[in-house]
Amino acid sequence: MAFSSLTRRGFAALTAALLATSLPVAAETPPGVLVVGQIAEPQSLDPHAVTAVNDFRILMNVYDGLVRYAPGTLEVEPALATGWEISEDGRTYTFTLREAVRFHDGSRFDADAVVFNFERMLKEDHPYHHTGPFPLSFFFGAVQSVEAVDAGTVRFTLNEPYAPFLSNLAYPTGLIVSPAAVMQHGADYGRNPSGTGPFRLAEWKANESVVVTRNEDYWDGTAATEAVVFRPISDANTRVAEMLSGGIDLMVEVPPVALSQFAAPAFRIVEQAGPHVWFLILNAKEGPFADKRVRQAANYAINKEALVNDVLEGTATVAAGPTPPAFSWAYDDGLKPYPHDPDRARALIAEAGAEGAELTFYVTEGGSGMLDPVAMGTAIQADLAAVGFDVKIETYEWNTFLGQVNPGLEGKADMAEMAWMTNDPDTLPFLALRTEAWPDKGGFNSGYYSNPQVDALLEAARASTDQAERARLYREMQAIVQDDAPWVFVANWKQNAVASDRVEGFTLEPSFFLLLKSVVKN
Amino acid sequence: MGGYILKRLVSAVPVLLGISLIVFVIMAMIPGDPATAILGSYATPENVERLNRYLGLDRPLWQQYLTWLGNLLQGDLGRSFALNRPVLDEVLERFSATLILAGTAFVLCALAGIVAGVVSAARQYGLADKAITFAVILGISVPSFFLGMMLILLFAVQLRWFPVSGMYAVWGGGGPGDLLHHLAMPALALSLVATGVIARLTRGAMLEVLRQDFIRTARAKGVPERRVIWGHALRVAMVSVIPVLGIQAGFVLSGAVYVEMVFQWPGVGRMLVEAILKRDILLVQGGVVFIAACYVAFNIAVDVAQGLLDPRIRT
Repeated sequence: MAFSSLTRRGFAALTAALLATSLPVAAETPPGVLVVGQIAEPQSLDPHAVTAVNDFRILMNVYDGLVRYAPGTLEVEPALATGWEISEDGRTYTFTLREAVRFHDGSRFDADAVVFNFERMLKEDHPYHHTGPFPLSFFFGAVQSVEAVDAGTVRFTLNEPYAPFLSNLAYPTGLIVSPAAVMQHGADYGRNPSGTGPFRLAEWKANESVVVTRNEDYWDGTAATEAVVFRPISDANTRVAEMLSGGIDLMVEVPPVALSQFAAPAFRIVEQAGPHVWFLILNAKEGPFADKRVRQAANYAINKEALVNDVLEGTATVAAGPTPPAFSWAYDDGLKPYPHDPDRARALIAEAGAEGAELTFYVTEGGSGMLDPVAMGTAIQADLAAVGFDVKIETYEWNTFLGQVNPGLEGKADMAEMAWMTNDPDTLPFLALRTEAWPDKGGFNSGYYSNPQVDALLEAARASTDQAERARLYREMQAIVQDDAPWVFVANWKQNAVASDRVEGFTLEPSFFLLLKSVVKN
Repeated sequence: MGGYILKRLVSAVPVLLGISLIVFVIMAMIPGDPATAILGSYATPENVERLNRYLGLDRPLWQQYLTWLGNLLQGDLGRSFALNRPVLDEVLERFSATLILAGTAFVLCALAGIVAGVVSAARQYGLADKAITFAVILGISVPSFFLGMMLILLFAVQLRWFPVSGMYAVWGGGGPGDLLHHLAMPALALSLVATGVIARLTRGAMLEVLRQDFIRTARAKGVPERRVIWGHALRVAMVSVIPVLGIQAGFVLSGAVYVEMVFQWPGVGRMLVEAILKRDILLVQGGVVFIAACYVAFNIAVDVAQGLLDPRIRT
């Protein structure tokens, strides 16, 4: 029959076409080339212009800062600076610079380059200030002047003592870019970056890949892989499928529900606790949470163990207070989390006369560090219902949510989800717990917590340059804040990643940076 | 005729202006702003204000709009905040990726749909017809993103015949072979629903034609059955199939966004979704106006073509 022979031929042709296209069977990634699944296309490779952890993951491999975090810690060690001196009053920092270091474009790293970097960010009349914006330049807002004492020495003068200065220098915003490259490329520098790091940019194909290759002249020993390819794969399911199919060698931010798929010998799951805390802001100005007993009751009522183990599948640990344990030098490990104790919660609520209160709860759909906010919000709603609260959830998309929460909860809500990742134990409490940080004064204290003792401790810790003294002040602050309960302390996220068995020497850092210099790809 | 074309072009200007104004107003009205999106946790009022000043977003809205419009007239769509590159570069790259995907899917669904419809009609109630009808209903009912995930699981994760996502291999990729290899699954996923619709319609149209007298005449004259179906009948049936093809082309183009998300195809739909989430105003505006301009141009071309065929329209 004419038709059946035609369809048969059609099928044969179709099959042949399929076979032909599938001949280059989905290639395994080549040895010596590490393919990393990222969560989004990077915004820019100008470290001063970006804010996203996703971009930091590339930048930390292309650039160096004056200082860096020692491996496995959040303590500062020398990098492009070989050492430094801090003046008695904590206002002058003098760095000795490493000699004979060159940027990828061949230009020399020296004190003038350092001065150029900070003045470009901070001085509005700098000839290259227009190559920004520099959204995080306030990290160095305390810097009054930067001067080159000689080619190998640079001096920063601060307008007030500011203890987090060194750890801010270790943050990506403190990475050093090549002035020559900025002058050459202007506003397009972000796509033509030049640093001093172990890898240099080879190619950036928009929306496909960023390829970096080994810097053979790296001052701190050359990298163990020839090249790293960063692929933006914004859909988490697709990222998991790429990892399972061997299309990528390493993926970050594995969704908790997908972790079980990697429980095979071909994969290795890596976890690392970091400076992250997930909490609920309670409105301490009005409504039931104006009473400290009710705030404590909320901390007792919510089953945090169930949240981290069941909702988050063990990808987080229970938070005890406002400071994440990753800041080990400043963390009070004597602090025990509020236990799950609904009876105690009910008693406190009765004592405060807040039985059956109606609460408005702001929940976000997603967002930086927010983990699984809808499921977590729903579980929290159920826990609070069990102690007699009538919780009404309002859900917002992330940017809308920030627009609701950051100006303060007054007149709108009793509680809101929030999460922070920071680089210094100063940042979060200073911006979100002081009286001076209420929203109307430009801070993030959206729940209007106020305790003069906490204010004094935080101001003193910021002004001290002695780490032991700072640690003592932060520990004292944590105990007071935990008792005052301006937040419900919920979880500290463990960052995770999955590597294939062809990847060796990969670890995650508590800073949440991705350092690939010593990773081997077989 | 020249006057007619000019008139159509002039009448497109208010349409595009209106679209750009609507997009601008919507982007200004939705909560959240680019500075907050960029700063995230660090969006203090002070930082937001400083960044807005830097980005020129502190100026009155009408002024921002006029500046944008003035630049547009000089062919400058501005710079994306979130991608730190010219909007036009990004939109052109992304739009061509979408055209490759949607174009391939359209060719696939047109060919497969018409062939399936004709075979189905020629063997009405036969085994082939029943099998095709079953497949078609299944195809229409399965959403493209779900089908995409299933294709990935089977052909990429299990069998490893095709890559999971992307447009080219990241290492040593490039070239048409590599592109086809990456294109196969997303194009298939995108085309399936439209294939079903076209097949159903072609079958219906063919059945109607096959009952007509001239077909009986042709058969009586001894014209081979194959020529009766594919020559005589299909040619007539195409008259009612072609308008459906036009509708399905639009459907495939707009449906591409789901498939682009699943297969991480670097297309314009995914670009717009991501730009809206990041409040990347200029990219959203540039992208929407560019797409609108393409639709308007397409419509003008169709009208002009009709005008050429039918002088009564040229008024």
